Amino acid sequence: MLEVVDLHAGYGPFAVLHGIALAVAAGEIVAVLGANGAGKTTLNRALSGLIRPTSGRIVFEGRDITAAGHDAIVRAGLIHVPEGRKIFPNLTVRDNLLLGAYLRGRAHRARNLARVLDIFPRLAERLGQLAGSMSGGEQQMLAIGRGLMAEPRLLILDEPSLGLSPLLTEELFTLIARLHGEGLSILLVEQNVVQSLAIAHRAYVVEHGAVALAGAAGALTDDPRLKSAYLGLA
Amino acid sequence: MEVFCFFSSEKKVFFFEKKKQKTFVRGVLRGHRGFVVTDIFLAALINGILIGGVYALVALGLTLIYGVLHIVNFAHGSLLMVAMFAAWLLAEKVGLSPYAALPVVAAGMFGVGWGLYRFVIGRVSRGEDRAILLATLGVAVVLDNAFLAMFGGDTRQIETDLTFAMWEVGPLLLSVPKVIAFGASLAIAGLLWAFMALTDTGRAIRAVAKEPEGARLMGIRPDRIFALAYGIGIACLGAAACLLLPSFFVSPHVGNVFVLVAFTIVVLGGMGSFPGAVVGGILIGVTESLGGLFLGESLGPIGISLVFIAVLLLRPTGLFGATR
Ligand SMILES: Nc1ncnc2c1ncn2[C@@H]1O[C@H](COP(=O)(O)OP(=O)(O)OP(=O)(O)O)[C@@H](O)[C@H]1O
Ligand SMILES: [Mg+2]
Repeated sequence: MLEVVDLHAGYGPFAVLHGIALAVAAGEIVAVLGANGAGKTTLNRALSGLIRPTSGRIVFEGRDITAAGHDAIVRAGLIHVPEGRKIFPNLTVRDNLLLGAYLRGRAHRARNLARVLDIFPRLAERLGQLAGSMSGGEQQMLAIGRGLMAEPRLLILDEPSLGLSPLLTEELFTLIARLHGEGLSILLVEQNVVQSLAIAHRAYVVEHGAVALAGAAGALTDDPRLKSAYLGLA
Repeated sequence: MEVFCFFSSEKKVFFFEKKKQKTFVRGVLRGHRGFVVTDIFLAALINGILIGGVYALVALGLTLIYGVLHIVNFAHGSLLMVAMFAAWLLAEKVGLSPYAALPVVAAGMFGVGWGLYRFVIGRVSRGEDRAILLATLGVAVVLDNAFLAMFGGDTRQIETDLTFAMWEVGPLLLSVPKVIAFGASLAIAGLLWAFMALTDTGRAIRAVAKEPEGARLMGIRPDRIFALAYGIGIACLGAAACLLLPSFFVSPHVGNVFVLVAFTIVVLGGMGSFPGAVVGGILIGVTESLGGLFLGESLGPIGISLVFIAVLLLRPTGLFGATR
């Protein structure tokens, strides 16, 4: 479904990614782990067309999207729920969700809205509230809900549990499993190593802009190299 | 100073002063028994509200552009001037009444604004706020001088049947073009509000204003939204120009009359706020009119400064500004 070959990207003169290779098969949950500053968010930004890769190839559903614009990538169904939520604080919850279907999923917008509100009853209670005035957890729900409005084929979640309480984090992982159960492919970037590996099929560990370790999630859980590669678990 | 007198059927006498290219109702004489103070006050108040509506429309374009692009559009006054010349030319050469020309001029000015952003301001600035500011200033200088060269410094005016038409309402005579301008300005403000609140494009504009990166993740292209917002802001000027033409002179300097007032309104109402532009516009219109009545033409504008300072002392973010 998604194939990334020897991807190099960065910000102006600052190269961040030095040849990332990774793949997501249809119906998979793939976790991307790595220390702060390893380049996970930069990878996601390159995948969704927010920054242009300097070299390498990104193929999504058989189509080369390396040089595609961010709008074309959304239209293709590669939807990115970013780190830090980036919801529209000056818009109501309802308007935020509607904008999720700005380019894609327009035809079934009403049906998808009902589905998102069914998944997140908290949002249903707050449809008229300005998104900026919601709690961090509610904003995270909104960011995911807004992403779902675009009928993603592959959903990128960048640190969705950031700032959530343990209880909400638990709910979040339940939700990810549920979405996967409904047929969604997911690329999950997380600091929450144990829970991510428990839910993912495969995982990549990114270190200094390159893949340091890759494999089946179950095998990685017990790999001693994971602990040394990953700062949080020394 | 020219003074016009009008005699209505009931022998009310109105004095109009044409000064600084503006027409003010200065007083009401009833049956030669002297000024009726309440009527003078009422006339000035209503006149202020009416002109405030058009001020609001000019300020609306400015506040929209500020709210989305986060820049002060220094070309605003010059583009209003361009629109007034366009409306004037349509009236003089084609014989189109300014009201009939309104959709044409507004659409044309949308095109001008859109193109100006797309091909000049956006290009030159490459998204840098400081550079956008300078680019709009450059556009203003070029337009002002180009029109001065083409049309000279003279003032021009159209004379429609409506120019001096009056409506009698109780003790008052209201200038018909000003009533029309007020009503149409509020209607356009309402339409613009509905567009921003209820359409996907309006939502996208508001989204880009605060969170462009989030908007890009929805597939919204901020560069297109910027050009669109700039075009809409300038289209407001096209509409305002047509509404102003029946009662104002046109000259290459006409923009200056409005632009300072519009800046004041935008800051007063709260930068980027629609209700702020409307309420601020009417407040400034009334202040200007009453200031002229009580303090005279030369001291009158002090009133605007006083209201401006008072509001900003009490609410530094403006009447409807975000309190953060
Ligand atoms: N806009 C930018 N301009 C320049 N450098 C940047 C920019 N954004 C990120 N970087 C740098 O790129 C490197 C990788 O950052 P990135 O955000 O991809 O890390 P990450 O793996 O997502 O980290 P975290 O776990 O903290 O989110 C960091 O060194 C960071 O300082
Ligand atoms: Mg990150």
